Amino acid sequence: MQIPVGLEAGVEGTVLKADVRELDFYYGAFHALKRVSMPIHDHMVTSLIGPSGCGKSTLLRCFNRMHDLYPGNRYAGGGIVLYPDNTNLLAPEVDPIEVRMRISMVFQKPNPFPKSIYENVAYSLRVRGMRNKNELDDRVESALKGAALWNEVSNRLKELGANLSGGQQQRLCIARALASDPEIILFDEPTSALDPIATASIEELIIELKEKVTILIVTHNMQQAARISDFTAYMYLGEMVEFGVTDQLFIKPQKKATEDYITGRFG
Amino acid sequence: MNAADPSTIRAVRAIIARAKRWDMFFAMLGILSLMVGVLTFSVLFLDMAIQGVPRLDLEFFTSFPSRRAANAGILSAWVGTVLVMLVTALAAVPLGVAAGVYLEEYAPKNWITDIIEINISNLAGIPSIVYGLLALGLFVYYFGFGQSILSAGLTLALLILPVIIVATREAIRAIPQSIHEGSYACGATTWQTVRDHILPYSSAGILTGVIIGMARAIGETAPIITIGALTFIAFLPTAPFSGEPPAGLFDWIFAPFTVMPIQMFNWTSRPEAAFTVNAAAAGFVLVFMTLAMNGLAIYVRYRLRKNIKW
Ligand SMILES: Nc1ncnc2c1ncn2[C@@H]1O[C@H](COP(=O)(O)OP(=O)(O)OP(=O)(O)O)[C@@H](O)[C@H]1O
Ligand SMILES: [Mg+2]
Repeated sequence: MQIPVGLEAGVEGTVLKADVRELDFYYGAFHALKRVSMPIHDHMVTSLIGPSGCGKSTLLRCFNRMHDLYPGNRYAGGGIVLYPDNTNLLAPEVDPIEVRMRISMVFQKPNPFPKSIYENVAYSLRVRGMRNKNELDDRVESALKGAALWNEVSNRLKELGANLSGGQQQRLCIARALASDPEIILFDEPTSALDPIATASIEELIIELKEKVTILIVTHNMQQAARISDFTAYMYLGEMVEFGVTDQLFIKPQKKATEDYITGRFG
Repeated sequence: MNAADPSTIRAVRAIIARAKRWDMFFAMLGILSLMVGVLTFSVLFLDMAIQGVPRLDLEFFTSFPSRRAANAGILSAWVGTVLVMLVTALAAVPLGVAAGVYLEEYAPKNWITDIIEINISNLAGIPSIVYGLLALGLFVYYFGFGQSILSAGLTLALLILPVIIVATREAIRAIPQSIHEGSYACGATTWQTVRDHILPYSSAGILTGVIIGMARAIGETAPIITIGALTFIAFLPTAPFSGEPPAGLFDWIFAPFTVMPIQMFNWTSRPEAAFTVNAAAAGFVLVFMTLAMNGLAIYVRYRLRKNIKW
């Protein structure tokens, strides 16, 4: 597949982690992503905003090939190039499992497995063949610390993950996504099922996490995008309307459509 | 018109009263239909219990059938039933669960899969005697298993396979999509997802289906008669490593046998009243076995579900 050259959106002091290039995606006959292009900067938080149904989740789920799980879904052109190795994540010869090992995901509703807290986090290590007990213990602990959950659960690792509160469950899912040391973590509206306090703690966590990992987050909440992200992309009806540094996009959008959306005149 | 107007309120009450009469009518109808079913079963079961229970003693379970009703027992029948059920479970559970998992997790969604699915649902409705005929040709003669425990077990396994496949698929479908996607998002392969999530979380539903299937199989008579179970068996299959020369671990699967419902059928066809009592006693034991299995299903489901919360 011929991949178009990227935007090369050179922003001072950042390195590209991935580049979406003229990506087309179909659900059966429905054209859900139309020639979408955007850069993902390394160790930055990039947020996707836009009205419901504009294709934010669809774009996010291309990054870990989630669409491959269902029949009828089709990547129809363009691609997502991952740096530094220049792998096109969507190329048919690239194994989706390999992609998911490099890029992990946190879902909208917390989805801990009905297993213990420990096993939830250890699972992403076990699928990578890790069997050594000490190594697992260490990695689970550091992932739980990374997800700011360790202090709350260190003495109840054997309890069911589902016994935690909603916010704790979501941090457990973040720990699970973090445990395998991914290059990118995808978040699909990770706080939409949480109360304001739990939301604040997840937002804080996401800002801390960019030390370790590149973050791509879908959010419905423009204030959230403004608070936590370095870059923001505005999508509408499956198209990328505008991409820019968050502050610039919110203060001085280049496109009229973006301005209408963020000022609440539409959407 | 004002709602507080007394005549309006009266009219409204009249409408409600009329509507409630229909409520009553259908509630009564429901209770009546329920009673027909429950009462019929209760009367049948009680009648059998009153006749049969006094006949139950240890000797009844440890004696072979006999020409004299007072000496006859169900030893060969209950041992036969247990062994046949064992073969049935060992054959039907792995096959049924594997087929269910394949259809849910692996099968491409195309017309071939659709045809297979429709056929599986239809298999559940085929009269059991047809399975008996199939088994007579296939297991008894073609594979040469003879009129044995193996043939009977495999026949009943075929019979309950659709039940287990359907139960497996339903149990798998009850697992939320988000758990499924969560596993794949961790980088799991389909097999890892099946082994670590799908099977553990659906095991309660699968086991329930297995036991319901087994409870159906335990009372099946027609297909077992078709493949030639004997009605009078006064010996047990040789236990592993016993006898001269010593039997192998699995020699018993080729032994001739009888099962509980056949023993019952045999006794009911005798003219003497004493044999009817024997039949009632055996029937009581059979119903008890079935109820025990259903009780086990409920308990197992409760135990396994306790640790699964989405
Ligand atoms: N499995 C699917 N099959 C067909 N169409 C789909 C499917 N999933 C989503 N769509 C359609 O694709 C479009 C984009 O959906 P998507 O879920 O990406 O929107 P979104 O921007 O994430 O919206 P929201 O903010 O409501 O989550 C919508 O029009 C939706 O109806
Ligand atoms: Mg969405």
